[in-house]
Order: sequence, then structure tokens, then C-alpha cells
Amino acid sequence: MSTSIHLSPGQVAASLALVALAAAISFWQKADLERDIGIATVRSFVQLTAIGYAIKLIFEADTLWLVFALLTVMVVFGALTARSRAKKVPGAFWPLLIALALAGSTTLGLVVALGVFEPTARYLVPVGGMVIGNAMTASAVALNRLGDEMIDSRAKIEATLALGATAQEAAAPFVRRALRSGMIALVDSTKTTGLIFFPGTMVGMLLAGASPTDAVRLQLILLYALLGSVAIAGLVATALAYRNFFTQAQQLREPGAPAPGG
Amino acid sequence: MLFELNEVSLTRGDRRVLDALSATIPAGATAIVGPSGAGKSTLLRLLNRLADPDAGAISYRGKPLGEYEPLALRRQVSLVPQLPALLEGTVESNLAYAAGLAGKELDAEHCLRLAGLDPAFASRDVAKLSVGEQQRAMLARALSQEPAVLLLDEPTSALDHATRDAIEATLAELRRELEISIVLVSHDPEQARRLGDWVVRLEHGRAIEAGPIEGVAL
Repeated sequence: MSTSIHLSPGQVAASLALVALAAAISFWQKADLERDIGIATVRSFVQLTAIGYAIKLIFEADTLWLVFALLTVMVVFGALTARSRAKKVPGAFWPLLIALALAGSTTLGLVVALGVFEPTARYLVPVGGMVIGNAMTASAVALNRLGDEMIDSRAKIEATLALGATAQEAAAPFVRRALRSGMIALVDSTKTTGLIFFPGTMVGMLLAGASPTDAVRLQLILLYALLGSVAIAGLVATALAYRNFFTQAQQLREPGAPAPGG
Repeated sequence: MLFELNEVSLTRGDRRVLDALSATIPAGATAIVGPSGAGKSTLLRLLNRLADPDAGAISYRGKPLGEYEPLALRRQVSLVPQLPALLEGTVESNLAYAAGLAGKELDAEHCLRLAGLDPAFASRDVAKLSVGEQQRAMLARALSQEPAVLLLDEPTSALDHATRDAIEATLAELRRELEISIVLVSHDPEQARRLGDWVVRLEHGRAIEAGPIEGVAL
């Protein structure tokens, strides 16, 4: 059985027919998404082509420094992207950056330390990308929820502070809910994996000609690694970000007041 | 003096909420009155450091407020907000939480009775209480910390007349039973007269009058 697959640019071009179909449906149903579909198609082409060449170079050079540099760039862009979803959280960038960096390094460190993967570019780059990407989504959802909860529950939080509770105690129920909402999507999709959807890695490996057993094992490893990274990212992001709603004197900051750390 | 405020100012956005306000609040029952937007609730929040002023000095029992550890201060000087904001769970779990924070043994029945609630309310889910019952549960929760001072922000504004009278009777009873001082914000001069023995009248963020209730025109 062949373990590699070769696709020509013509085959990719042919798949654009489905993009045209999507745009046609949007136009027909007045969903007003044609422009976004166009942008998404062009961006995915440019970004994936660029990262494809970058990964090729990194695989060929096979030095861990380049891998580290690429993962760092992913973490920074991930934090910036997630911040745009967490506008109600003051100073969300640093909590997100730390959350993604910790989720990425802990998860990759563990899979390497446990001997699941060898510490080479071939494994670290794609796995790192998945781990950081999922951590980004989870922490963005968690902080988005945290922002809503902290603003909607202002009266309740202040009433709890008024009893002499610490900021941490007063915020705890809302931090908990935010963490939960960040993690729930992946937990649910992990529950239904194989029944309702086939995860990308497995599909890719099957298409590339790998044995189903190998494809399943790799997919399981990745799913479990993602669960870990999403939990770490959600926990760290919420545990750091809630503090920005409070002052040193355990007071709720006024909405719109500048937070420490920008 | 319980509280002394000297040239206290606080700005929110471009609004000067408190403007060089000076006043004294003695032990006993003080009513803070004035039209809405005068800064009454803001003043109350400064007294247990839920907020700090931008300028000026506040002291509590002769010591600058800033020298008190905010958490310890709030367990002594307990604020009950205008709208009830209980934690999810039962009335008793709310009381136990507050008592625990203050390191006090909870006597739920006693606290509920003081707040004018039947002890059977202990096991009730707070989500199923009326606003008046929630307001009383808030009062019972504050009392479970055995505070020295109760700060009450418009305790009856959300209630009908009958419930208002009942809460006022409860507060009068509290003062007879406990060694407790009360600072009460009210937009109703009659309520101030019924409950207070000292009054501070605010307008546009300044204290325009302060003194014994008999001597102040309301």
C-alpha cells in the first residue's frame, strides 16, 4: 500500500467547483456570504500554500530551532486572533498568550516525554499546529463567555465582594462557567467522533493510504492531546483574565477603565 | 465618630459624582438623602471600600479607611445593595457562605428571624423567592456576619408599601436588639425621618446639610 499521495494543481482547481456551488447557494438564498466565501477561498489558498513551503523548508532543515520559531509565531497569532473574540475582557492578550504557550509546550512536551512522538519537525509542526489552534478556539470561547458573565453579573459579584469575599471567590462561579463553555465543544465532538464526523487526521491518513489501524491510533492520540491542551488553555486563560476585572483592593473595576498590561 | 469624610471627590467618566464632599456620620442610624444622581449610593460604596475616592480622606472609627484591609473591613461594615443579588442555592447556603467568610458560627434561624423571615425559609431556593423575600434574605445574609455597621442602599425601593413597612419595622427592631449602626440611603425624606436619628443631605455630589434629624429640613 502506498503511504503517499500526489495531487496536481488541476485537481485542487477542480474542487473549486464546490466553492462556486457554495457561492451560488449564498447568492440564491440571499445569505450575503459570497464576498466572505471569496475571501475565505483566497486566504486559505495563500496561507496554506505559504505554510506548505515553510513546512517543507523546516522539514528539510530539521532543526528544532525553526520548529520552535514557527510554533512561537502560531502562539502569538493565536493570541491576537483570540483577543478579537474577547473584547469585553480588559487586557486579554497576555492571559491568552500565556495560555496558548503553556498549552502548546505542556502538550507537546508530554507526548514527546511519553514517547508518543519523536521530537522531530515532522511530528512537532503539525501536532503543534493542531494543539495551538484548538487551544486558541477554546480560550477565545472561554474568555468571550467570561466577558459576558462578568458584565452581566456585576451586581452579584459586587454583592459577594461586599461580604468580604476575595475577587477570586466572587468570580469563581463565572470563571467556572467560562472554562466549561471553552471546553465543551471539544468534549462533545470527542464523544461523537467516528459516529457523526471523521476527524481530519484520520481522513488524511486513510486518503494517503495508511492502514485504518494506524490512522485510528494516531487520531486517538491527537484527540486525547487536544483534550489536554484545551483544558490547560481554558484554565490558564480564565484564571489569569478574571483578575483584570478587579483592582488590587478587591474592587470591581469600572467598565471601560484601563486594565493592567493593556 | 463612626465615619468622617473630608473633601471626598470621585469622577466616573466625565461626571463628577462626588465633589469635595465633607460630612460626619456618628454611630446610631444615619439616613443619607437627596435626589437621584446626587451620589448617595456611591458614597455608601466608599464606606466599605467597594470603591475608593480619587481625592479626599475617609476615616472609620478615627483610622483612615485605606489602612483597613478591605476584606476585613467589609465583614465589619456590611453593605446590602439596592437590588437583591443572592448566590445560586438555598437561603441557608447563602447565609452559611457569608458567615464562613467572616469566621462566624451560623445561627440561620436567629438571622432569619432578625430579618423578619420565618426560619422555614432556610431551605428555600433563592430563585423562587419574591423580591421582598430576597431583600430580607440579603439582610439576613449580612447579619450572619455579625457586622458592626450595616450599609443599606435603598432597602425598600423595589417593594410595595406593606413590605416596605415590614422591613422598616424589622430595621427598627434590629437596632433595639443589636449593637449595630445603620447607614441608610433613601430618596424618601419620610423614611429618613422614621428610621434615622442623623441625616446627611446630598445634592450634586456635595453634602449640603448634616446633623441630627430634628434640625435638618427634609
